[in-house]
Amino acid sequence: MKAVEVRELVKDYGSFRAIKGISFDVKAGEIFGLIGPNGAGKTTVLRTIATLLQITSGSITVFGYELPKEAGAVRKIISYLPEEAGAYRNLTGKEYLNFIAKFFGEGEKSQNMVRRGLEIANLGERINDKVDTYSKGMTRRLLVGRALMIDPRLAILDEPTSGLDVINAQEVRRIINSSVEAGATVLLSSHNMLEVEFLCHRIALMDDGRIVASGTAAELKEEYDARNIEEAFVKAIK
Amino acid sequence: MIGNIVKKEFKELFTISTLLPIVFVALVFGFVGQMIGSVGESMQEKPVIGVVDMDGGDFSDTAMSVLIERAEVIYNGSDAEEGLRKVREDNGVALLVIPENFSQKIYANQPGEIEIYWIMRGAGMMDSISSGVVEWLIQAANQEISRKLIQQDSSVDPALVLNPTTRIETTFFKGKEIQGLSPSVLGGMLGSQSTVIPVVVMMLIILAGVSVISSMGLEKENKTLETLLTLPVRRSHIVIGKIVGSALVGMIMAIIYMLGFSRYMSSFQISDVNLADFGLALGMQDYLLVGISLFVALLAGLSLCIVLGTFAKNYRSAQALIFPITALAMISAFIIMFKDFDTIPVVLRVFLFAIPFSHPMMAMRALMLDNYSLVIGGIAYAAVFTAAMIAVAVRIFNSDRLLTGSVRKRAALGKLVWGFRR
Repeated sequence: MKAVEVRELVKDYGSFRAIKGISFDVKAGEIFGLIGPNGAGKTTVLRTIATLLQITSGSITVFGYELPKEAGAVRKIISYLPEEAGAYRNLTGKEYLNFIAKFFGEGEKSQNMVRRGLEIANLGERINDKVDTYSKGMTRRLLVGRALMIDPRLAILDEPTSGLDVINAQEVRRIINSSVEAGATVLLSSHNMLEVEFLCHRIALMDDGRIVASGTAAELKEEYDARNIEEAFVKAIK
Repeated sequence: MIGNIVKKEFKELFTISTLLPIVFVALVFGFVGQMIGSVGESMQEKPVIGVVDMDGGDFSDTAMSVLIERAEVIYNGSDAEEGLRKVREDNGVALLVIPENFSQKIYANQPGEIEIYWIMRGAGMMDSISSGVVEWLIQAANQEISRKLIQQDSSVDPALVLNPTTRIETTFFKGKEIQGLSPSVLGGMLGSQSTVIPVVVMMLIILAGVSVISSMGLEKENKTLETLLTLPVRRSHIVIGKIVGSALVGMIMAIIYMLGFSRYMSSFQISDVNLADFGLALGMQDYLLVGISLFVALLAGLSLCIVLGTFAKNYRSAQALIFPITALAMISAFIIMFKDFDTIPVVLRVFLFAIPFSHPMMAMRALMLDNYSLVIGGIAYAAVFTAAMIAVAVRIFNSDRLLTGSVRKRAALGKLVWGFRR
């Protein structure tokens, strides 16, 4: 089953065309990575799928729900983690998870989500401290916990390990993998091509608002006769 | 080197957000200065009055000569009813009636009575200026009568010399006939409504407005907005939730402020007159209307704030965006403190009515005078204004604008990025 179908997607900001007619599919249960340099259009694609931006032309469906017509239904089954996102600084980590969980369920259902969020974030006693006192790594773990605790059918993660040290980045990758093992689908973006090579089942290389190549890491390396995805990308955009 | 640093500092500090507060303060000073200037002009103008002398004695002649010399007398006859009609028609301040045996009473060592029929048009600070001038005229007439008394008989009773006349006053104010009170006393009694309520409403709007605009700025600065917008919740619920949350914060702040401010204002109030004795007290229904007016105006102000808040890029820029709200709240509070809604020019009246949070500032005074149409009309207007602003806010929340800012700027930025990359 297809989790996401993007067809001939075009996104304009005024007279500037940020996305120039891209198409790709994300299969249910896989980790699909959009990779490319800053300004390639990765975040715009993720924001459009996450119902934040309007579509200029083309179409997007998420688990059969069409955007923007069924945006409300899509929001119930997705979870979006923006790049460099923050949490409400005057709430404790636990209060923040409670706040989010209440949008997805009441009572026991909500409490189960929070328990799962606490497990994923793994912040120990610090979960009862205000978010304002967290380090960047702690905040990111809290937000990953928030994004995955609701068991989304599709998790959209924009640069999930951006700005994290090696230890925290590895922990976040481990959480993403275990979430997919539990049945979620992940669509993520990164400009760290080596990270994506090891994390994603399939990859789309983006440049200048276009997808220049897509496939598994092995397929792309073979196609461009490259030792790694970084090299494949350089060859693909030449 | 120094020049380079000075140039950098100037560019950093001389921004719209630093300039706006100063421009605003300058405008408020200009506005207040103009108000005070017009007060001075009003005090120099001759008051418009009518006089009826039914005595024709020595002392009434003395009083009349002072009044005729220093006032613009539009009626000078013997029919009090006709005089009152003329004063009303010609926007006069008062009709002064000197009854029969006025002089005879003074000769008998008793103060002579002067009947004053005041036409009061507004309860703002500036509305009682002309009646104050008439009171000063009566003092001048008293002095002339005292001088005459002493000239005629140096052994006259000092108490009579000090107070040769007494007043029997009736004030006509917006359909009400109030016995025994002059406009200045009545204005003083309504002073708390003229001063405390506009200031408290102004503070409530500003404080709650700051909360909602700052909340929008913080959502952007803390990067929490994108997450919020992808949650399964209607945009209209996000907008209403923010408005109601900020209204509660603003109300708590305003209550704290009001406690201190009303205590401060009560220290100036020396009048022990009870408004209920003159049919000016409010009933439960009136207080309910005031409460509704305040609540709807607060929602209107906050819905306008949330629309402005969508333009905030961060917490700092949000602070600058509150200035239009502060300006509107302060200007309406000042106008209402100085003048009554009915006594300001039509253009200013339309402007004041269009500011939704001016209505609770006027509500209490209007209800005291049974002007229900102004209060209910204000509530209806503020409700429509709120609905319109919430619709605009929801539309913005549904668009790209909230995340991408100005499309033109974004487009220019996009071209710039690509220009550097190519």
